[in-house]
Amino acid sequence: MGEAAGIDAEPVIHELQAKFDGYPIYSMKELVSLISVDNIPLLAGFINAVVGIGVIIGFAVVSLSMYMAVLQRTREIGILKSMGATNRFVMGIIVAEALALGFGGTIFGILLSFGTRWAMLHIAPASLPQAVVPSWWPLAGAIAIGGALLGSIYPGVMAVRQDPIEALAYE
Amino acid sequence: MSSPASGPIIRIRSLRKVYSTGKVEVEALRGVDLDVPAGEFLAIVGPSGSGKSTLFHIVGGLTPPTSGEVIVAGRNVSAVGESGRAELRRHSVSFVFQKFNLLPNLTARDNIRTALYISGKLPDHFDEELVNLLDLLGIAGRLDHKPSEMSGGEQQRVAIARALATRPAILLADEPTGNLDSRNSQAVLNILKDLNQRLGQTILMITHNAEAAAFGHRIMHMRDGSIVETSDGRKAPPLS
Repeated sequence: MGEAAGIDAEPVIHELQAKFDGYPIYSMKELVSLISVDNIPLLAGFINAVVGIGVIIGFAVVSLSMYMAVLQRTREIGILKSMGATNRFVMGIIVAEALALGFGGTIFGILLSFGTRWAMLHIAPASLPQAVVPSWWPLAGAIAIGGALLGSIYPGVMAVRQDPIEALAYE
Repeated sequence: MSSPASGPIIRIRSLRKVYSTGKVEVEALRGVDLDVPAGEFLAIVGPSGSGKSTLFHIVGGLTPPTSGEVIVAGRNVSAVGESGRAELRRHSVSFVFQKFNLLPNLTARDNIRTALYISGKLPDHFDEELVNLLDLLGIAGRLDHKPSEMSGGEQQRVAIARALATRPAILLADEPTGNLDSRNSQAVLNILKDLNQRLGQTILMITHNAEAAAFGHRIMHMRDGSIVETSDGRKAPPLS
């Protein structure tokens, strides 16, 4: 039941509840408060699935980026090895790059969330509102940096195992 | 031309290298024996597949020998693992390649600093000896340029500076003039000869070019994984 200006809904609701005993009668305020993730189990599952897919895709993208970065720098890795770079040195470069990507990506993502919120408010005001939730930032950062680190392990191992002669001949 | 100092800085005995590609085994080196005295400029010539690059890679610690003894600057290359060979490359040998192999995103200065950093010798500023070397190579004014902003000759001179910045006992030059025009080739060969004469730098140079090979004290001919002939070089014109 909606509320018209100047009319108190409470007495009307009590009157209707008394008149239609057993029927669920709520004010609009009560009805809206019932629509939340906690009260709709299917919605909670759906949102968790979307977040999960997001994490997996994010992880895959970071891994693929690092893999491509290592592949593109095959020759450079060969050059470093020809100068006597140790496996630890080469691995350190790749992990440092992954950390920088993960950290930079987190900062960029947070800034982007403010940008999209501004766009929703000013460019398409009729669309869904977007909440910026700072308490999620550490979790998002951990996913990005952790994903980048884990994603850099395989290409890093690939890089240190690379034969310097083959790496130097890579076109 | 100065005479090489006595005592081999490279001693190779019965060196064999076999590459396995699936079921096929290719014998790249078949029992090579070689002594290189410190301060020698040795030119290595031979057709493709003669084993000269493989010999280079083993002396430079890029790949292990299959059998035989290889002593480079006092280190037994045949007895050490990957980390030992990396240490050899950090401190005792440096490479100059046909394709220059500079790090493309770094300036000439940072390419040199990277080599110094890896060798654990990175100073705040280039010392006098390195500055003199950069002057000798004629690249002191090009240090803040990236490889893409330099000519082939300049890139090769930066590569030589990078290789010598760590004061290696041995410089391994693999076709250093292969990607250069005749003028720049001559300049690079004169620089190598000058470094050998003035600093006593031991140099091993692979080349296909007979004129370039003549810059060496000795010219070593390889074929089918063996040394087939060693002739006297010393035919290079005197430095002007």
